[in-house]
Amino acid sequence: MNRINAVFATLKANKKTALIPFITAGDPSLEATLPTMHALAAAGADVIELGVPFSDPMADGPVIQRSSERALAKGMTMRKVLATVAEFRKTNTATPVVLMGYANPIEAMGQAKFVDAAADAGVDGVLVVDYPPEEADDFSELLSARGLAPIFLLAPTSTPARIAHVAKLARGYVYYVSLRGVTGAGNLDVTDVAKNVAAIKATVPVPVGVGFGIRDGATARKVSEVADAVVIGSALVQTMFDAPAAEVAARAGAWLAEVRGALDA
Amino acid sequence: MKLYDLPDARGHFGQYGGTFVAETLIQALDELKAQYAKYQHDPEFKAEFESELKHFVGRPSPVYHAKRWSDMLGGAQIYFKREDLNHTGAHKINNCIGQALLAKRLGKPRVIAETGAGQHGVATATIAARYGLECVIYMGSEDIKRQAQNVYRMKLLGASVVPVESGSKTLKDALNEALRDWVTNVDNTFYIIGTVAGPHPYPMMVRDFQSVIGTECLTQMPELAGRQPDAVLACVGGGSNAMGIFYPYISHENTRLIGVEAAGEGIETGKHSASLTVGVPGVLHGNRTYLLQDADGQIIETHSVSAGLDYPGVGPEHAYLKDIGRAEYVSITDDEALKAFHECCRIEGIIPALESSHAIAYATKLAPTMAKDKILLINLSGRGDKDMHTVSQRSGLSFYCHPECEQGRMAAQAAQSATKPLVRQ
Repeated sequence: MNRINAVFATLKANKKTALIPFITAGDPSLEATLPTMHALAAAGADVIELGVPFSDPMADGPVIQRSSERALAKGMTMRKVLATVAEFRKTNTATPVVLMGYANPIEAMGQAKFVDAAADAGVDGVLVVDYPPEEADDFSELLSARGLAPIFLLAPTSTPARIAHVAKLARGYVYYVSLRGVTGAGNLDVTDVAKNVAAIKATVPVPVGVGFGIRDGATARKVSEVADAVVIGSALVQTMFDAPAAEVAARAGAWLAEVRGALDA
Repeated sequence: MKLYDLPDARGHFGQYGGTFVAETLIQALDELKAQYAKYQHDPEFKAEFESELKHFVGRPSPVYHAKRWSDMLGGAQIYFKREDLNHTGAHKINNCIGQALLAKRLGKPRVIAETGAGQHGVATATIAARYGLECVIYMGSEDIKRQAQNVYRMKLLGASVVPVESGSKTLKDALNEALRDWVTNVDNTFYIIGTVAGPHPYPMMVRDFQSVIGTECLTQMPELAGRQPDAVLACVGGGSNAMGIFYPYISHENTRLIGVEAAGEGIETGKHSASLTVGVPGVLHGNRTYLLQDADGQIIETHSVSAGLDYPGVGPEHAYLKDIGRAEYVSITDDEALKAFHECCRIEGIIPALESSHAIAYATKLAPTMAKDKILLINLSGRGDKDMHTVSQRSGLSFYCHPECEQGRMAAQAAQSATKPLVRQ
């Protein structure tokens, strides 16, 4: 059984909401990523979304854009991201890792080669922002063949027909983009989210995570009333950037533990 | 050649094109596709488009026989399609009118656009003023410095120009930022993409609006030259002026189609924008196409003396035409383009855009190898007024400066020479 499904099954049994932190691999330094992943797992992360930096992150707001630029400047590449996951798996075999990024670094490696390398490294799911379902048939098949979950986005603008389409393809969970905008924007309308997530849950058989615009324990808590998972990225990335180099992992862990506390309260 | 009927319903030209965007934009693209399908053949829409092209742009643009230059080169006869004579000075306005007419019909009161050199920004600002639409132009902060005059033109026309500080601070980053704006304001905003790239239906739609260029040539060439050309040449950055003139000629098998990319300081230096010549297929800005990228799939910075060709991708239909061998793609360096620019000024009395100068430069290489009864048709896609600053800098010339400006220049020079010894120590 895929690690993602196992985690959501346990959470459901315990009536808890999944907490999914996002960090950019290689930011603020190449060395910080592995200890940060361990710290996040220890602080209560149910799934870790690891961002693969790209030169042209079209769906991201300023915080993650800068974060990607820093990671690339430090020399982060897809191969190094996969090596980091493989290293993480040596001591953590329970926490699912989902890679999130853009199509071109995958295209450059070749889809099939990437999927094999990701599976071998211990990746559990892949979310490619610019592979919407209509362009993802081949890629989803490759992922499924190696037991990896293709994770898709849904948006406030997704029509019922599209939600039904994604329902057929989605494995692991779907990621509901809670607002019309880029990552880290600040105009989240929880009532609106609740209405849309309810409609999605009626159609989509996998858990629904909500992200884009969740910045602290309080918003996470509110969103958790309707969502199966909350995804939190920009605020965490900013916290890590503001931390002294030696304390990145510890600060990330402490920050996430606080959100976890608010979520479970 | 079998019937050319691309893209397919999903926007694919063979393996290229497509809709590689985040979910948030899919609904807007679906709406655009549906509306474009509805209006594309609508007599009223077509009549309004044609009327605007005639009365606002000044179409049809003439075809001109560059006879003196052809004689000097001693080979094929060179003809120019004079898109430089359009209102706003380039072919860009054709597409902007088409898309702005769609924006009006979709009830979107706000239009946004990306721009590199500023030509597409100026054309968008122009048509937004004419139709009373709010207009926001995204432009890399590096390009804003290089193209101050066009920034001022856009502002005169009532547009807001937003500097983009991310990435390489050039055209590709302006496109990223425009996409981010669109995702955020998709309900009231129409994104007017300036070239035959981006997600479906843009490459098809922009090509269709620009194909007025080639369609006019199909009638004009027999009238003026007695027959269709042996080759059609156009510069290729994103590739909209080239698709505009190539498209109606695709079924004319005896006409070669030659796209000219920017070799910048030379392909071997890595400082160029020749995506079709040395790029590798990948996914960027909503479509699969040839891209300039590193081995890890990161997009690399490009260079060309002409900002309009300075883009790491290219329209997906060009990628397809290259692969099937229907079009050839070559490249011309900055220096070759500048030489052609100056020759065109002196020999024909036409100041061409630096972009178009690339196509002209290749024609001056090709013409002498061909017989005198052969015909080359070049898309002179824009005029060079916008390039005065770049060209004068490269040539070490200074132009007339009014007294106040001259005083400022002297003061700046004096200040600079005063600090020089300090710098040297």
